[in-house]
Amino acid sequence: MTVAAPLLTPEERVSYLAAGATLRSWLATTDHKRIAILYLISITIFFFIGGTAAALIRLDLLQPTRHFLTNEGYNRTFTLHGVVMVWFFLIPSIPATFGNFLIPLMIGAKDLAFPRLNLLSWYIYVLGGAVTVYVLIAGGVDTGWTFYTPLSTMFANGHVVAAAIAIIIVGFSSILTGLNFIVTVHKLRAPGMTWGRLPIFVWSHYATSLILVLATPVLAVTLVLLLAERVFHVGIFDPSLGGDPLLYQHMFWFYSHPAVYIMLLPGMGVVSELVSASAHKRLFGYWFVASASLAIAAVGFLVWGHHMFVAGQSLYASVIFSFLSIVVAVPSAIKVYNWTATLYKGDITLDAPFLFAMSFIGLFTIGGLTGLMLAMLAVDVHVHDTYFVIAHFHYIMVGGTVSAFFGALHFWWPKITGRLYSQFWGRISAMLIFVGFNLTFFPQFILGYLGMPRRYHIYPPELQVWHVLSSAGASILAVGYGLPFAYLLYSLRNGRAAGRNPWGVAGLEWTTPSPPPRENFLKPPVVTREAYAYPIEESGHDG
Amino acid sequence: MNTYLPLWPVAASAHAVRVDWLIAAFTALMVLLTAPVFILIVAFSIKYRRGSPADRTARPAGNVVLETSWAVIPFLLTLAFFAYAALLYLDLGRPPADSMVIDVVAKQWMWKFEHPGGQREINDLHVPAGQDVRLTMTSQDVIHSFFVPALRIKQDVLPGRYTSLWFNADRPGVYDLRCSQFCGMDHSRMVGRITVLPPGEYAAWLGRAGTAGDLASQGKALFDNLGCSGCHEAQSTVRAPSLVGLFGRPTPLSDKRVVVADDQYIRDSILDPNRDVAAGYQPQMPTYAGQVSEDELLKLVAYVKSLGPLQAEAPLPPEARR
Repeated sequence: MTVAAPLLTPEERVSYLAAGATLRSWLATTDHKRIAILYLISITIFFFIGGTAAALIRLDLLQPTRHFLTNEGYNRTFTLHGVVMVWFFLIPSIPATFGNFLIPLMIGAKDLAFPRLNLLSWYIYVLGGAVTVYVLIAGGVDTGWTFYTPLSTMFANGHVVAAAIAIIIVGFSSILTGLNFIVTVHKLRAPGMTWGRLPIFVWSHYATSLILVLATPVLAVTLVLLLAERVFHVGIFDPSLGGDPLLYQHMFWFYSHPAVYIMLLPGMGVVSELVSASAHKRLFGYWFVASASLAIAAVGFLVWGHHMFVAGQSLYASVIFSFLSIVVAVPSAIKVYNWTATLYKGDITLDAPFLFAMSFIGLFTIGGLTGLMLAMLAVDVHVHDTYFVIAHFHYIMVGGTVSAFFGALHFWWPKITGRLYSQFWGRISAMLIFVGFNLTFFPQFILGYLGMPRRYHIYPPELQVWHVLSSAGASILAVGYGLPFAYLLYSLRNGRAAGRNPWGVAGLEWTTPSPPPRENFLKPPVVTREAYAYPIEESGHDG
Repeated sequence: MNTYLPLWPVAASAHAVRVDWLIAAFTALMVLLTAPVFILIVAFSIKYRRGSPADRTARPAGNVVLETSWAVIPFLLTLAFFAYAALLYLDLGRPPADSMVIDVVAKQWMWKFEHPGGQREINDLHVPAGQDVRLTMTSQDVIHSFFVPALRIKQDVLPGRYTSLWFNADRPGVYDLRCSQFCGMDHSRMVGRITVLPPGEYAAWLGRAGTAGDLASQGKALFDNLGCSGCHEAQSTVRAPSLVGLFGRPTPLSDKRVVVADDQYIRDSILDPNRDVAAGYQPQMPTYAGQVSEDELLKLVAYVKSLGPLQAEAPLPPEARR
């Protein structure tokens, strides 16, 4: 990350980036901004690993039967894709990078509440990541990312134990990050930064942190029990040892459904910022959007059984879970309608970050609605465990969260690095991703309704056309995701200086120099206005 | 490359048609509710682009009536669909009392079927059209899932437990059967066919398919060979409960609970006899775990079932079947 000395702007010379260029100054840093960058680099590596696995899957599925992967190899590839993307990219993606970087800046603090704990959480993440890389090199794991029992405990041949240990380890990193955010938001808000003035980004991360702290331990417990059965043959989940396989599913989804909101809520926070910034206008219905985040976090704990409508759980439990799954969609719908209303009478600029935000709204809406279809019991019986579900959650996780991640990257890049990048290439990338994404995943809804089960290596030949379309879309998507590497890295050395507020938007983080100084603000800020107060005051007096 | 572009799966039962209508109508509602979002995002982005002359005075910061209506109205509309979908789903859990029962045993990576008359099939199930068919399913190893796209039905098949599924296929033809729960290496090869035959042809098929006697009589033979009859028959000297008239009745247990003697209860009593001991008897029966296969268990269950009480016992609520 070192920038050649003659190219430094005056602001960069006193910035957090100038605080030291040695490896030690990075690896032993307690600066939340530097830790955010450590996270950004590490999750990018895992995004690349998971993406490579996805590319292999889409290539192999071009043909219904003639494949270059064996059935076993295919199973290990999609398992790796799921494990890496869920735990090593999506869950830390926005919180550990942009949350880490921006929460102190947005609330007017010098750092997170526990800077050393923050660094520790990154080291724990790296340790978990290293174990995952070991699993990959040793030959992978063949259970699917869901590790259903008794397949995972008694039948699978892959490295289940190492994979479970990696996930348990990385869970502690999540817990520490969540804990740090909660305490920071409670204790380190600048004078005048009342709860009602918090940006929605901070509200969303607060809600996310509650889930991280409350749900992640359940995953650890579940995986420890899984290990006890696999290694020591303690009968917990396998009926031949006296266990109950559905117990595993209840425990796994009790974590993994809230985990969907861990992945999604930070993205919703990003989009709330981006929509307001794009329209240069106050966010419509602030309190509705803020409380919707908390409502999603709370109700999200009560819907796990919708993953089990055909698993053999009580029919009446299914009816209740179906109802609650419709309830949890209400706060999401509130957000979407409020974002739309924010654009009304706005002063709209469509730079690259805002195109990503619009993509998010469109793709998340489709993902959410198909989620409602899945909540309908009789529909779910047909499309459960088919490509319909695959398409649905990729619309949420990739169309939603990853679009928000790229939107955040393009929006705050000038703040993080102090440099502007090419808007032309940014817009091209946003549009390629939007088109490529839809071409990849929309056909999968149709495949699913036609009865294509997920995790099928060999598939009926009559479904081939849809698979070929999907793979074609994936290649466009790969180009869209690859482009930003080029023009963003190019901007580090060649980009124009960003200045404090290149977008002309509200927000405490835009009142400090870009990149920010080590202590975030040149003098401690005092907040006198609400979030999204437009027209903005031309800043400079506090810095 | 196959260039045929399928858009909609064939529907082979009345239930499948209902599910199709449900999803079509619900999709229409969703389009109605989201069209404003998509249209307005594009319209606002054009009308209120920076530099446009559009009126921007009196900007609203919020509107409680609007917020309430876009939260409540879509929710209530969705609830109507929820109710219908739940009713269809509960129907799937209540097989008609006079359904024909076919046993299904799943294993990595194969489906085994057994008809009431003892005819056996692998990966290819023949059923009569227009008749209620109920599947009693279990697995020998991991969790599988019985999925017939043309019938729009699916049910996981679990080890150590019976799950059931019923359908009434009204359109003769050959339909795909797919395992939809990931079950290991050859998951995608765990596929088969369901051949729906007109009733007459089904009877002819039954006649052609060889059989070693119907399930209940095969179960009776096992019952004798395994030594069950030594204790459970009336003239026995060892005190064990008689199984005549047992099936489907509420049975008091020695710990004061009352359970319904269904398929699952009989299976569990063979494998783990001392868990649910009938009231008034000693826990002295040896376990048969490891000595009888899932196929044999289903035959023993069929035999006990044949001892009565008379058929057409009302189907049990699903809660009691566990």
